[in-house]
Amino acid sequence: MKLFEYEAKNILARYGIPTPHGGLATNPSQAHEVVSKLKPPFVVKAQVLVAGRGKAGGILFSDSIGEVEKDAEKLLRMQIKGIPVKSVWIEEKIQIKKELYFGITIDRFNQSYVAIASSVGGMEIEEIATKAPEKIIHFPINPQQGFHSFHARQMARKMGYAGNQLSELGRIFERLYCVGMDYDAELIEMNPLAETVNGKFVAADARIILDDNALFRHEEYKKRLLEGESELTPQEIEATKNDLAYVKLDGDIGVIGNGAGLVMATLDTIQYYGGKPANFLDVGGGAPAEKIAAALKIVLSDPKVKALFINILGGITRCDEVARGILEAKAKIGVTKPMVIRLVGTNEEEGKRILTEEGIHVLESMEEAAQRVVEISRHGGK
Amino acid sequence: MGIIIDGNTRAIVQGITGTQGSFHTKLMLEYGTKIVAGVTPGKGETQIHGVPVYDTVEEAIEKHSANASIIFVPAPFAADATLEALENGIKTIVIITEHIPIKDAVNVMTYAKQVNATIIGPNTPGIITPEESKLGIMPAHIFKPGTIGMVSRSGTLTYEIAAGLTRKNLGQSTCIGLGGDPITGLNFLDALRMFEKDPRTKAIVLIGEIGGNLEELAAEYIVREKYPKPVVAFIAGRSAPPGKRMGHAGAIVMGKAGTAESKIEKFKNAGVKVAEKPNDVPELLMNLVSN
Repeated sequence: MKLFEYEAKNILARYGIPTPHGGLATNPSQAHEVVSKLKPPFVVKAQVLVAGRGKAGGILFSDSIGEVEKDAEKLLRMQIKGIPVKSVWIEEKIQIKKELYFGITIDRFNQSYVAIASSVGGMEIEEIATKAPEKIIHFPINPQQGFHSFHARQMARKMGYAGNQLSELGRIFERLYCVGMDYDAELIEMNPLAETVNGKFVAADARIILDDNALFRHEEYKKRLLEGESELTPQEIEATKNDLAYVKLDGDIGVIGNGAGLVMATLDTIQYYGGKPANFLDVGGGAPAEKIAAALKIVLSDPKVKALFINILGGITRCDEVARGILEAKAKIGVTKPMVIRLVGTNEEEGKRILTEEGIHVLESMEEAAQRVVEISRHGGK
Repeated sequence: MGIIIDGNTRAIVQGITGTQGSFHTKLMLEYGTKIVAGVTPGKGETQIHGVPVYDTVEEAIEKHSANASIIFVPAPFAADATLEALENGIKTIVIITEHIPIKDAVNVMTYAKQVNATIIGPNTPGIITPEESKLGIMPAHIFKPGTIGMVSRSGTLTYEIAAGLTRKNLGQSTCIGLGGDPITGLNFLDALRMFEKDPRTKAIVLIGEIGGNLEELAAEYIVREKYPKPVVAFIAGRSAPPGKRMGHAGAIVMGKAGTAESKIEKFKNAGVKVAEKPNDVPELLMNLVSN
């Protein structure tokens, strides 16, 4: 789960990491109130969870309180990549001398976390990572030891700092690690971490992605996620509520399956035969009929879907439950789009019987089913 | 034979009284797995399918000698259960539980390394050495004994491919699900090393997916070590757009890193045959094995 910039900055500030003075506003008069406590020049930043906000015109600079109000009003009317801007963060613009990068993320191979720093941060950090990897400093964190100030100071030294600046960077890095651990972050980064013209350090932007699986320890964010204040589309929220994994794609063949790997392979097979998947939907293991029905409802709510491919390989999942779910969905929401169903595994016979009695044909081979659904989608769902 | 588990494996089931724990204990017993005890705190002195249940792993181990554990404990408590098994000397642990927080998984793996234990999972279908032992939730009938070692990051996709192999009479030595999470115990390299030493295993099927770089590292390992056994790979997620998470916490493409193309290219360069569709795996394998 992604946090908004203002949430991330407020957390960092609470942990003693310098962030620009600022405040949140959801309307121009609030913006006025916030900005009257700040010193110019100002920055007004749209609070949205999509990347590329700056390039989309979501960050505005100004020198006067009046301009900030206008900027806030403008941004609050804007949509960025289809997402309406509901709030803006107003802060004092930092006089940046140099942009640094510091972040902590997961190191799969070492089964731990890794701290990453660079003395060339900012927008192009990913490019630098590929083109000049020597400018990126990796520090694998030993989970038993944790990440201490001295580790952080060693990193600061490698970035070319010494003396008081090195100590201060060390302190900031160590604090950021504490935030990451306390909040169960799978990614936490300051980019840029600004070195100001007078040699101080300020987190000019901050990004935190929480581990979805740890949200039970962070109820306030889980609540926000489900209330729709998130990067999720309405279908994705509906899916989250039903404990389904749904990702919207651009094609016209709706896909439902059990198990992430199998569903991915299903999308690949559809593409192999020239079709275009409309979504990824994994019902997980052991899905009961209601969950299957909910999955159908979500996939069919995408108007682009011309045909549906249900691919179930029952292990924990029972084919009879899947069949009942399909019938339930048909009865409740009236499925009119053509369906291709591949159903094998646990209680396969019962599942097939249930569907065949209702005149629904069931296939056994994933490849055959994929070819069939691609063909149907080519003929406009007929 | 096969790797990690065989007919002599004596396992306990942690979380044996839950719906999944109890259901799969029954299936594992029917398959012939030696389940010697179960553990659920608060449910001691009861029985599930004739298996005695204890409150603690400590007591279960005192009363029955066991060398493996399979864990069905819900995510918030799964790390605690795993550490309990490790501290009581169990060296092979399969964690079926999904949705375990990353931080918890990191703690568990750190301790497991210290005590030289093998962890399979979390978020795995488990491991099966056909007709000897099964510590997992996979439908057993799709597997048959043979010489193909299988290692995979996904569950149902493994079943899909295993069933395909079995249909073509390509039996399996051992099949391992590594688990779909970003942090898992055993990885592809570990499995390749183990299969290399196993005399029964003649060829390996490696099933990867987008996200992370463990497939790439496996490809590098195959080149570096001049891996002596033929490997066929399948990578799921060719059609996945970048930046989207495909269900598994593990399956996410960030920029170019971890894409299907990157993995496929690395494998091809390592001399590994890469199947375009799950269905193509058996044929690629037959060509290699018959040569």
